Amino acid sequence: MVRHLLALRFLVLKNTLRRSPWQLVGVIFGAVYGVGLLGGGLLGLIALSTQPAEVAGTIVTLGGSLLLLGWVLIPLLASGVDQTLDTLKLRTFPIRLNTLLLGLFVCGVLGVPGVVTLLLALATAATWWQHPLVALAAVICALVAVATCVVGSRMVVSLSSVFSSGRRFREVAGLIGLIPLVLAGPIIGYFTAGIGGGPMGDFTALANALGWTPFGVIWAVPAELAAGHYGLAAIRFVLGVGVLLVATLLWRRGLAVELVTPPHTANRTSAPGKLGFFARLPATPAGAVAARSLTYWTRDPRYLRQLVSLIVAPALMIFYSILFNSLGYLNAIGPIVALVLSLAIFSDVSYDSTAFASHLSSGLRGVDDRLGRVWAIAIFAVPVVLIVDVVSVAFSGAWALLPGILGLSIGLLLSGFGLSSVTSATVVVPVPAPGDSPFKAPPGAGFSNVASTFATWGILLLLVLPEIVLFTIGAATGQAVWGWLTVLVGVVLGTFYLWLGVRRGGARLDARGADLFENLVRHA
Amino acid sequence: MSIFGSRDVAAEPAAAAESVPAESVPAVPAEPAVPGRPAVPALSIRGLGKRFGDVIAVNGIDLDVPVGSFYGLVGPNGAGKTTTLSMATGLMRPEMGTIRIHGIDVWQHPLEAKRLVGVLADGVRLFDRLTGEQLVTYSGLLSGMDRPTVAGRVADLLRMLDLEAAAGTLVVDYSAGMTKKIALACALVHAPRLLVLDEPFESVDPVSAANIRDILTGYVRTGGTVIVSSHAMDLVQRMCDHVAVISAGRVLAAGTIDEVRQGASLEDRFVQLVGGRRHAEGPEWLNVSQDLPLETP
Repeated sequence: MVRHLLALRFLVLKNTLRRSPWQLVGVIFGAVYGVGLLGGGLLGLIALSTQPAEVAGTIVTLGGSLLLLGWVLIPLLASGVDQTLDTLKLRTFPIRLNTLLLGLFVCGVLGVPGVVTLLLALATAATWWQHPLVALAAVICALVAVATCVVGSRMVVSLSSVFSSGRRFREVAGLIGLIPLVLAGPIIGYFTAGIGGGPMGDFTALANALGWTPFGVIWAVPAELAAGHYGLAAIRFVLGVGVLLVATLLWRRGLAVELVTPPHTANRTSAPGKLGFFARLPATPAGAVAARSLTYWTRDPRYLRQLVSLIVAPALMIFYSILFNSLGYLNAIGPIVALVLSLAIFSDVSYDSTAFASHLSSGLRGVDDRLGRVWAIAIFAVPVVLIVDVVSVAFSGAWALLPGILGLSIGLLLSGFGLSSVTSATVVVPVPAPGDSPFKAPPGAGFSNVASTFATWGILLLLVLPEIVLFTIGAATGQAVWGWLTVLVGVVLGTFYLWLGVRRGGARLDARGADLFENLVRHA
Repeated sequence: MSIFGSRDVAAEPAAAAESVPAESVPAVPAEPAVPGRPAVPALSIRGLGKRFGDVIAVNGIDLDVPVGSFYGLVGPNGAGKTTTLSMATGLMRPEMGTIRIHGIDVWQHPLEAKRLVGVLADGVRLFDRLTGEQLVTYSGLLSGMDRPTVAGRVADLLRMLDLEAAAGTLVVDYSAGMTKKIALACALVHAPRLLVLDEPFESVDPVSAANIRDILTGYVRTGGTVIVSSHAMDLVQRMCDHVAVISAGRVLAAGTIDEVRQGASLEDRFVQLVGGRRHAEGPEWLNVSQDLPLETP
């Protein structure tokens, strides 16, 4: 049965990729990237064998913890988890829960990320080749660690979809509940940052701390062995296996609930006549699009997930400023929030999926479509960015930089809206379908999303280059005039790019809307 | 039939379609259904063709839907009905051929043509995180109507389609039949001159179906034109005044119901035209009464 499930997974993958070649390109690039990562990692791990055991242990523990953290967090924040084998679709078949669990686990290991992780983890044995027994232990620990990676990511996604299958407030609660988890890394870092001096000392302290968390405990075993601490090594190993067991049990529970929970158990009703945003925004086509978008921003977990990363970015900056004891990092929060928000509508049409047909068949002008979507996000994004700018500067105390920061943020926001208006009218990116878990990733999505995101960031960086230059001059010279000039350029140039983007994106929709829709149908 | 107005038509698809000409297409008279009305058809399709990879989905369709007619489009699964209707409503770009709605070319002047049409597409999502009332309001506002008009019409439509009680429920929580009805309301709200309905009665309960039929009949009586695709032959025979039988991307027969069925029932005539009826029982292993012992779990 497990073999059968695995065969099914690859068959589904093959057929999906045959249907849309771009996803295949995504998978291939992902594989190439994985191989590159693997090569680099292997060389690094072999090179570590020449270092003292203490250094090697620190690096392996840090790297391993990071890897496991990535497995658990990335599905939640960025790419979602590959669910080629959809549990919902397997529900009707008489498959034992444990068989299903094992099948999903094997499928998880045998993906590009799984294989890369497995090989990297096994390569830690190479670090200890001078101590054959330690190397053997490293292999065993590596297997446990990789299993923990796969099970951990499945567990988090499974639990979050259990949370999110209920009523709307529970969906939101599920997302919010994940935030502490997301911030676990920085928090751990905070409590350990004070220990030790110098960069390597910091790392050692961090590795020591992580070595006692679920993320690092199993990775720290070989180093303990090499150092001769057999008792500690045994304790860590038992703890590591315990982590795997607990994660497996939690995942099993989540899966069991998922299997008997129908996809829509909610019954959300509002009183008739309550039109929400439709009553508050102007009764024009663009206003209607804006009202629809705003309703989705508040109701659709896929949109809400984009807002979670909004909280994480500032949190990371706060973490850095504490870690490196410099308030300068706080000044970056505003522009980062502007960047994230400006590109949040970059895949808006992809999120619509085939519901976009109603825009297409109603004879809506492309410009109105673009304008409405920008309008919806601008309503909350502009105030949020301005407030974040002022508040973060209030904490950093760099009031002289405020005009420059404001100018840069406004420039980023407006230019990004313009850019997103063109991209979302042009390309269809693989995103979770409406109603699917926001943590579900179509095959190849991980890489193509990252690639298109970086491409868009690159273009956006070029667009706001004048603001960046002016801001830098202002920060270097300390003359206030440069800051105010940044505001001027940010507003004027940003408005121009926004106007241009809405015009170009709208014209593109008018001309190629049907082709875009055909693409959406193919991804649906 | 080589009317290839579209500029991106390659020579090869044209040859492919012409090598299999739709010889059985009877000439559809473009005469008005109601005497005295202008002879411009509500929908006029000429030489329509579309391929998906190697599969020819629509292979040279010519069709005229007179103004004021209730037109049925029938055909087996995969005949190209949905593809044809998608191209006719501007959702899918035809590879070749022209489509005119009340004389306006859909692909030359899409915005003008689309304003005349109400569409209920099959297999297409709705913005289902809106409530039913919001969704119909959205459709109305997208067509550029003012708020009081939209509000009045939304209330009327919800009442006519028995959706008043579910007005405040998210469409995602609707049953399949209710979803069809709310999609129909979206197609009707801007009072189009031509209604294109792809499988409007699928999974709709009999009472609602009868109500919808009344609404559509009244709409046709006042000069509107309706095209429905359906698998229910009885329904088409009773409800429509015109019908076209489509199979393998071509029109096998088209005209008034009586012209097409030639005295037989529409269903018999359909099976006769399309073929493929098998007189066979299922395979032996599907015979439950076989003396297989039930496995006890």
